[in-house]
Amino acid sequence: MKKKLTMHVDVDSFLPATDEEKSYIVQMRPASTFFRDGIKRLLKNKVATVSFFIVLVIVLSAVFIPFFWPYSYDSMLGMQPGQPMDPSYNNLAPFHFGETEHARIAAGERVFPHIFGTDSQGRDYFIRVVYGTRISLAVGFFASIIVLIIGMTIGSIAGYFGGVVDLIVMRFVDIIYSLPDMLMVILLASVLKLTLAPALEGTIFEKIGSNIISLFVVFGLLYWVSMSRLIRGQILSLREQEYVLASRAAGAKGRWVITKHLLPNCISVVIISTALQIPNAIFTESYLSFLGLGVNAPMPSLGSLASDALNGLSSYPYRMVIPAVVISLIVLSLNLFGDGLRDAFDPKLRT
Amino acid sequence: MNSKTLLYILKRIGLAILTVWIVITITFFVMHAIPGGPFMSEKAITPAAQAALEAKYGLDKPLHQQYFTYLRDALRFDFGPSLKQRGRMVVDIIADGMKTSVKLGLIAAGIAGVVGIVLGAVAALRRNKLVDKVIMVITTAFVSMPSFIMGSLLLVLFTVSLTLLPANGTTWKGLILPIITLSLYPMAYITRLTRSSMLDVLGQDYIRTAKAKGVSSMNIIFGHALKNSLIPVITYFGPMLAYIVTGSLVVEQIFAVPGIGRSFITSITNRDYPMVMGTTIVLAVLIVVMNLISDILYKVVDPRINLE
Repeated sequence: MKKKLTMHVDVDSFLPATDEEKSYIVQMRPASTFFRDGIKRLLKNKVATVSFFIVLVIVLSAVFIPFFWPYSYDSMLGMQPGQPMDPSYNNLAPFHFGETEHARIAAGERVFPHIFGTDSQGRDYFIRVVYGTRISLAVGFFASIIVLIIGMTIGSIAGYFGGVVDLIVMRFVDIIYSLPDMLMVILLASVLKLTLAPALEGTIFEKIGSNIISLFVVFGLLYWVSMSRLIRGQILSLREQEYVLASRAAGAKGRWVITKHLLPNCISVVIISTALQIPNAIFTESYLSFLGLGVNAPMPSLGSLASDALNGLSSYPYRMVIPAVVISLIVLSLNLFGDGLRDAFDPKLRT
Repeated sequence: MNSKTLLYILKRIGLAILTVWIVITITFFVMHAIPGGPFMSEKAITPAAQAALEAKYGLDKPLHQQYFTYLRDALRFDFGPSLKQRGRMVVDIIADGMKTSVKLGLIAAGIAGVVGIVLGAVAALRRNKLVDKVIMVITTAFVSMPSFIMGSLLLVLFTVSLTLLPANGTTWKGLILPIITLSLYPMAYITRLTRSSMLDVLGQDYIRTAKAKGVSSMNIIFGHALKNSLIPVITYFGPMLAYIVTGSLVVEQIFAVPGIGRSFITSITNRDYPMVMGTTIVLAVLIVVMNLISDILYKVVDPRINLE
């Protein structure tokens, strides 16, 4: 026993540790990373998980079903080479067949059913809906990527350099922000496709269609502002951090600091706002397609399918209901998933 | 009103004027970017007739001179004659369409405001009860449904399946569905906005003080909570108008309402460019002014709020 108030060393403190003491510092489980933590929180959120699976199912079917489906989105089933048009294929009800198909069934052949029937030009409606979903999703995704790239570049430059650069960029952002966006989108989309069509001729872009390209251009011109505002705000607060100062003291230049320190630290905000941008873009695309300013015919998109269905609405209401339900489902579940993502990965943003 | 608020209002008015000028400039350059010019028609016309047309509309003058003429005319809402509806001025067509559209929009906005505030307040006061949950589920669905989808589904339901209402929007009865369609999204949005701001207010100290003093719950709700929780709703009035304007483009199309939205879309498909430019400018001015009013109102109601 050590005596009180002596300078003697306590020998007990230098004995080998017992097993019980050792067990205190054993790592019970591996340290969780930021990413894994977020996933765990996300999986606990039932609404977000269900939404994610709905989105996943829709995306996978939009991508893969056209590969093995026996009909294509633009082939009119009544049109056979060298024969007159067979009108029995137009406007088929769900699970009904055309005349030549009836003959084939009578001959013992198995004919793949038209699940949603056919449209007024004898095209299989199910595959048109699937293809339309594919187009709408692709447009939404790529438009968001374009917005992300432009917004991130401009926002991080404004936030990092500050001062006059920031002032000019932000005044510019203010002005674009106060433009009535939908009106400008409609105006630009209606005129751009005329100007772009001759310029695109012969390039790979021609296949995509001048309307979709003009849609991307419009998105790139107008919708980067909110993304750049967000990034700028993040960068402004991050650049005052000590590690940025340390990096600059070590001689790092602007580009290095932005790409290595600032952007990785606002990556979760970027991902979340991109995820929430996709349904907006899908919404805008379908809105424009509905007005006849979206994809070029015969390519379908969910908006143009709904718009086409308006003509035969009293006889074929399901042709309106199907794309309507798909759009609402996509937009709703993407929004809910984006909200879940925000709650899981950026607790600061939680309201 | 202190000098800071005044400065903010002046800055905000400056931004609004700048925005209108930019919209006018964009429409001018968009018009000139059209290949072949706005007067390229389907019918072949002689070069002499083409030159005469261009001289008549001043297209032979240098670009900057054309621009200043255009700017001056646009500020007077003089957009020249329509290309497709012979003998009618664009401004008259717009004024005609506006009569129906403004009626439609105002009623829709009124319904959205009243119903939204009531539902939002009810949801907040019955927080986490069944009523609240039902309201939240329904409004979530409405918020993520595009207006054209909503309109089309209502059309299917009421005119095709139930045949209760006419599908044509020219009569008074025919305006019921377009009004409902237009009001559902802003209504759902206002409900959610009111609910969250009401919940915020109900957690404030002054509400607890009022309760502790023994103020009746009716008095607390109407005298203390509701008024303060409506402040964020004011900011939504500008965006709501923008939504109703763009929403009316498709809604008028779906229900065949003879308003400005329908004539806008028709003029786009007809390539009636003076009509397209004129309508864009008029609607843009409307939206910018409404945004301006709602921002200023917000600042005046609560000067603590910093909108920068």
